[in-house]
Amino acid sequence: MAFLGYFLRRLSLVIPTLVGVTIITFTLTYVLPGNPAVVKAGPLVSPEMVKELEKEMGLDQPAWVQYWRYISGVLRGDLGQSSSTGRPVLQDFKQRLPATLELTLASLLIALVIGIPLGVQSAVHRDTMIDHVGRIVGVAGVAMPTFWTGLLALYLFFYLLGVAPPPLGRLGAGIEPPQAITGLYVIDSLLTGNWTALGSSLHQLMLPAFTLGLSVMAPIARMVRSTMLEILESDYIKAAWAAGIPRRRVIYGDALANAMIPVVTILGIVFGFLMAGNAVVESVFAWPGIGNYAITSLMTKDSGPIQSFVLFVALLYVLVNFVIDILYGLIDPRIRLE
Amino acid sequence: MADLSPSPVAPSAPPSAAPGLAWRRLQRNWLSVTALALIVLMMLAAILAGWVAPYEPDATDAEAALQAPTLHHWLGTDIYGRDLLSRIIHAAQVDLAVAFGATAVALVIGCSIGVVAGLYRGIVDLMIMRCVDSVMAFPAFILAMAITAALGNSVGNVLIAIALTQIPNYLRLIRGEIFRIREMEYADAARVVGNPAWRIMFIHLLPNALPPIIVQATLAMGYALLTMAALSFIGLGIQPPQSEWGSMTAEGAQYIVTGEWWLFLFPGLAIVLMVLSFNLIGDSLRDFLDPRMRGIR
Repeated sequence: MAFLGYFLRRLSLVIPTLVGVTIITFTLTYVLPGNPAVVKAGPLVSPEMVKELEKEMGLDQPAWVQYWRYISGVLRGDLGQSSSTGRPVLQDFKQRLPATLELTLASLLIALVIGIPLGVQSAVHRDTMIDHVGRIVGVAGVAMPTFWTGLLALYLFFYLLGVAPPPLGRLGAGIEPPQAITGLYVIDSLLTGNWTALGSSLHQLMLPAFTLGLSVMAPIARMVRSTMLEILESDYIKAAWAAGIPRRRVIYGDALANAMIPVVTILGIVFGFLMAGNAVVESVFAWPGIGNYAITSLMTKDSGPIQSFVLFVALLYVLVNFVIDILYGLIDPRIRLE
Repeated sequence: MADLSPSPVAPSAPPSAAPGLAWRRLQRNWLSVTALALIVLMMLAAILAGWVAPYEPDATDAEAALQAPTLHHWLGTDIYGRDLLSRIIHAAQVDLAVAFGATAVALVIGCSIGVVAGLYRGIVDLMIMRCVDSVMAFPAFILAMAITAALGNSVGNVLIAIALTQIPNYLRLIRGEIFRIREMEYADAARVVGNPAWRIMFIHLLPNALPPIIVQATLAMGYALLTMAALSFIGLGIQPPQSEWGSMTAEGAQYIVTGEWWLFLFPGLAIVLMVLSFNLIGDSLRDFLDPRMRGIR
């Protein structure tokens, strides 16, 4: 029953964090940006009208009453109204979430597919050319602002070489989206056999996904490399070599399987990077996801979508880290006892 | 995975020998020296911008609009004929000042609260750590974005936002170090001979907790530069007439479709060079100052 205890202990840490997160977003939404009543009423109103509006919006109530109303609103899915689209923020979110999900998953896939072998090869061929290449990718990947990488990719592959499409969303001009099943265009068009939409959505996804993937490839490759180095030194790997087990099987079977445990733990951090990068990459490539929605709202000073986006990302981040902790406890029994 | 198994007997380097030793090792490492030189150069350029920059940053010249790099304008000009190099040099003032400021503020506040948490433990520590967990539940950039959006667009608010997202790092670091060091024999010895708690803290514990803090602060400089640039890229913080690397890149982005590549490339390159330099120095400082990390990477 060690696992149940571990699960409950983790859960008891998550709940105060969630309360803290909502207090922070509440503070950012209602307390800081001047007076919301003044903002809502505009500059041309008398102080009396502001007072009235304050009463109407419940701003004259004590902070904890306002916080309670905020929380119960959030729990009911009421994230407020967007003044630029004129629709409930939740509705706007639902419409844009698949785009963000598609981009995030594609980037994560790219980062893992390139980052893991790169880390393995750097460790196996330590201090050779490939290790140096890996190190350069690692150092540069962390130092390059995501928006700049995106612009560089656009300039090279769209303007100079002409192999990438213009950065105008998820599908090329005049192409109908596939029938909605998951909302992810690549998967939906695969499921419905819509090859035109598949080609176009992959083509559109290519640059943004690589841009975002590159930004998280570095931590993955670095983690894989350092754990692989440790594992390759261990006795059971030496025994495997001595037993004459094929090289590939030792490295990619025995060693990598154990190296994946610490990699799982940094997936939480990687997810944080992805969410932060998302907003910027979406705005560079006009990708119609929730990050782009939040940034467009920044321009119009529409605070509802921004703060809801922040709350949403934080809740997701806490959830992802919680799931990773639990997974880690499942994979590695030693952790449960700590 | 060095942090999972901290061996209580691992000796720290004697503090008195560390700076001299670190300096000698730094000299042997040409990459770190190059990085340090780049940073010093950029700082000098920023401080002396008025003398170093070949043109006034806001001086327009219709004749020379949208020129690719030439002998007169090394990095080219924008649509108003403003010299890109001069603008990048002047932008360094804002970028470096905010990065240094935010790092310093976060370091001082984070360390102070961390010392309190480390000293009092118990309920105080618990409360502080729950607050830290809540702040760290946000991806740092997203939180910085929200804070700047809520406080309003200004350079000062960007500095506050970046500092606030950085405080937990120092706090956790120094708290962990204090917990680790206070169990060591020399701390016990200092207590046994009757030193008061504050003296043990400031004379014995804090100096030994400094190395990881210095490394963290160096790496945080790179992070601060990236955050600031990204914030102004999406239109937060610095407003147009003032030049800043991120907002300059955003302006330059509009000219990609017409092929004026220098406008987005060079401001971004300035960010990359600075972040790269701070990261390289941070990494090699870690290797010198923290013997436990040596050979792991």
